[in-house]
Amino acid sequence: MSQIHVTTKINGDETEFLCGPEETLLDVLRDHLGMTGTKEGCGTGDCGACSVTVDGRLVCSCLMLGAEAEGHEIGTIEGVAKGDELHPVQKKFLDHAALQCGICTPGFLVAAKALLDRTLEPTEEEVRYWLAGNLCRCTGYDKIVRAVMDTAAELRGA
Amino acid sequence: MMEGPAPTSEGRLHDPVAHDSAHKHVAGTAVYIDDMVEPTGTLHACLGLAERAHAEIVAMDLSAVAEAQGVVAVLTAADIPGANDVSPTGKNDDPVFAEGAVEFHGQPIFAVIGETREAARRAVSRAVIGYRDLPHVTDVSDALERVLPHVTEPLTLSRGDIAAALAAAPRRLDGRMRIGGQDHFYLEGQIAMAVPGEDDDVLVHSSTQHPSEVQHMVAHVLGVPSNAVTVEVRRMGGAFGGKETQGNLFAAVAAVAAKRLGRPVKIRPDRDDDMVATGKRHDFLVDYAVGYDDDGRIHAVDAQFAARCGFSADLSGPVTDRALFHADNAYYYPAVRLASRPMKTNTVSNTAFRGFGGPQGVIAAERIIAEIAHALGRDPLEIRKANFYGEPGRDVTPYHQTVEDNILPRLISELETSAGYHERRAEIVAENARGGVIRRGIALTPVKFGISFTATWYNQAGALVHVYRDGSVHLNHGGTEMGQGLFTKVAQVAADCFGIPLDRVKITATTTGKVPNTSATAASSGSDLNGMAAQDACEQIRRRLTAFAAEKWAVPEDEVVFEPGAVRVGAERIAFPDLIEAAYMARVHLSAAGFYKTPGIHWDRAAGKGKPFFYFAYGAAVSEVRIDTLTGEYIVDRVDILHDVGRSLNPAIDRGQVEGGFIQGMGWLTTEELWWDDAGRLRTHAPSTYKIPLASDVPRVFNVTLAEWSENPARTIRRSKAVGEPPLMLAASVLEALSMAAGSCGPHFPHLDPPATPEAVLMACERARGGP
Ligand code: FES
Ligand code: FES
Repeated sequence: MSQIHVTTKINGDETEFLCGPEETLLDVLRDHLGMTGTKEGCGTGDCGACSVTVDGRLVCSCLMLGAEAEGHEIGTIEGVAKGDELHPVQKKFLDHAALQCGICTPGFLVAAKALLDRTLEPTEEEVRYWLAGNLCRCTGYDKIVRAVMDTAAELRGA
Repeated sequence: MMEGPAPTSEGRLHDPVAHDSAHKHVAGTAVYIDDMVEPTGTLHACLGLAERAHAEIVAMDLSAVAEAQGVVAVLTAADIPGANDVSPTGKNDDPVFAEGAVEFHGQPIFAVIGETREAARRAVSRAVIGYRDLPHVTDVSDALERVLPHVTEPLTLSRGDIAAALAAAPRRLDGRMRIGGQDHFYLEGQIAMAVPGEDDDVLVHSSTQHPSEVQHMVAHVLGVPSNAVTVEVRRMGGAFGGKETQGNLFAAVAAVAAKRLGRPVKIRPDRDDDMVATGKRHDFLVDYAVGYDDDGRIHAVDAQFAARCGFSADLSGPVTDRALFHADNAYYYPAVRLASRPMKTNTVSNTAFRGFGGPQGVIAAERIIAEIAHALGRDPLEIRKANFYGEPGRDVTPYHQTVEDNILPRLISELETSAGYHERRAEIVAENARGGVIRRGIALTPVKFGISFTATWYNQAGALVHVYRDGSVHLNHGGTEMGQGLFTKVAQVAADCFGIPLDRVKITATTTGKVPNTSATAASSGSDLNGMAAQDACEQIRRRLTAFAAEKWAVPEDEVVFEPGAVRVGAERIAFPDLIEAAYMARVHLSAAGFYKTPGIHWDRAAGKGKPFFYFAYGAAVSEVRIDTLTGEYIVDRVDILHDVGRSLNPAIDRGQVEGGFIQGMGWLTTEELWWDDAGRLRTHAPSTYKIPLASDVPRVFNVTLAEWSENPARTIRRSKAVGEPPLMLAASVLEALSMAAGSCGPHFPHLDPPATPEAVLMACERARGGP
């Protein structure tokens, strides 16, 4: 099958890759680019483990073709921290022990950061419904919601 | 070790230290098996699944599969070099690939090995298989009616003269309850990657709670000795019992393919195949007769627990046993007979799931209490209290173990007060009495959970500890990390033993090559068993170091003390690495294998008597809900939990287990519905149709407290208690609160069976009004 040449920006870096026409962005990230922080939980857009941002919008990378990334800016979990310096929301996940097995964590962090990039004043209900596309089977979510609320408060300087 | 606030970075025992991999988790750098760099030439396997619930295979043409682009090989039962069986209990009823007949819709028949995962998956659909249908049974009540066989030996527990006690009791009720199953929905699905080695050797990376069993199964299927197979797992993305036996088949397929083709082979089913082809929590049909009196005291319970076990035994024996072990929950039954019926059905073989049958027993016990309370017009909490295990004469379980450590009275009275149970209930009862579309409910339910594997020989564990010349420590044990924080807790034990910071202890992947013949990380026993084994290993080394230091510095042995930060030898304080270097130069052995077996437990299954549990863990929860009586929709508004973890090894991790367990239990009892159609197909096989709780579904007020005063009277690792499973059953309070809300619609008992989906709640409202 002929390969498609795609030019995109991932976490701010100009990136080119070749992918098959049927390959999802998730496949490309994990299998071609070695960016395995983005996970597959269902492959059908129902779990959020594969969350990335495309031009700032939260997207399930399992529902998008790799070829569709052409000309767009992709954000993944690998770009949430700046080098060794964790993003405040990552730190809060640590402080609140908001993870157990950790496999949902990258998706939650990408989703939470996308929310916080829009607003630093989310209500708890907004946080809960914003994150309702991300499944976690381990934690029961309470600590995750607290961590996100706490991050928003800190970023507001409250 | 409790004195003084220790900095958490030190990672002292009983501190709320973060999960050992937490930093990697948030950075996205924690490696799960699918994230491992694939060796060059890795192939990918995909299973071909049966499309009939019960049928003879009359023809099988896989030539189009084999010819498909990118396909390297096709494997069937004929290609298995050893035994075509992965039965964990040696019953030879769990084929890797079906042969001659299929016994459930979704049963693996063949595997395609392709250059890519996509190529293998596409090729599967080209198989042409001819079936001749046979009658199938998917439902447990049909299985009972048609007298299908048991998949394994049933169990009866009894004490007292049940017939006489039932006849003599002033009141009696008879009932039937259905309890739904549950898919594990571990977010990381099943996966295995096998790398062939020289001779018969193979290394299998398997997402499993039971590496030793995978090792033995792979060896059995390959027809090689166990020493040719090494199984390794660093971490799982959730397991919950779903990776106790269910990883065996995937590991076996990967290993057979890898050895045959001489290339690494990875198998990772997609979510739908995973849900269709792997076992779940057993659903039950419980028939009960209860004798009681006007005070609500139970005189006799006679109950039958029939389970949908699926086509093979798997772990159905111990699971249905444990349902009986917990059919008393926290209540004393003066006369009792409990019988299990592990029924064969044409469904996937059900398996371990957090609580291991216990939750189904607990739910039945709570249903009986609620029904008595309804009949007497009393608060169910009063009935619960009237039946708690108590003083001698009221302290023996149906399996003849005496309950000696009951802390429920204190736990419940503290929770009643902190949650304001009585005031809130009075207010809700009054509001419901005024009528209206929205009704509310509140319930307080307890849990008492027996800790130990009921298969007594499983209660053993091993550990391996090395101290290197620089004083850093390598820790390995038979337990597996599935997110529960076991590795962190055991590392805290090791660090504490030597008085060194936690970051000097390297936690290493579980592998059958380092610690052999381990038990599954299950039955909540991970920290109890592996913590003790690790402590044994560390203490052996510490004793050698103590003897060495006493001799070298000429002090009595009791003046060598491993304090946090340094070792005190007489008046001197010596840094741990310095002591180690000196010990090395003096040729002291700095490595040890530790071992532990739980003392004092025994179980005679034939007699139904013994002391199967080392101790009990307790907890209680109050849940408050609101239902819409026109639609059946509901909201869980508030939950208060007081849970007993003994003296917690790590309160942050334990609290996480309590919260997560509760919500998982809530999902089981409310929204998670498994549904098979008439053809025997599971139709809820993806998150699009199978609904686990979301962040927007969980209670807005969620007060979780650990009973800090509790200390395990049993001699466990630092007097802590197991915490993995017990909190799941606290969710019974949600079901009971929903039942109360629905019951307020009319005078009749609502018989709300789990899962209490909105549809079920709506029907329960109707029943309360006198409907069918
Ligand atoms: S893997 Fe994309 S939403 Fe589940
Ligand atoms: S931490 Fe395991 S799925 Fe969320």
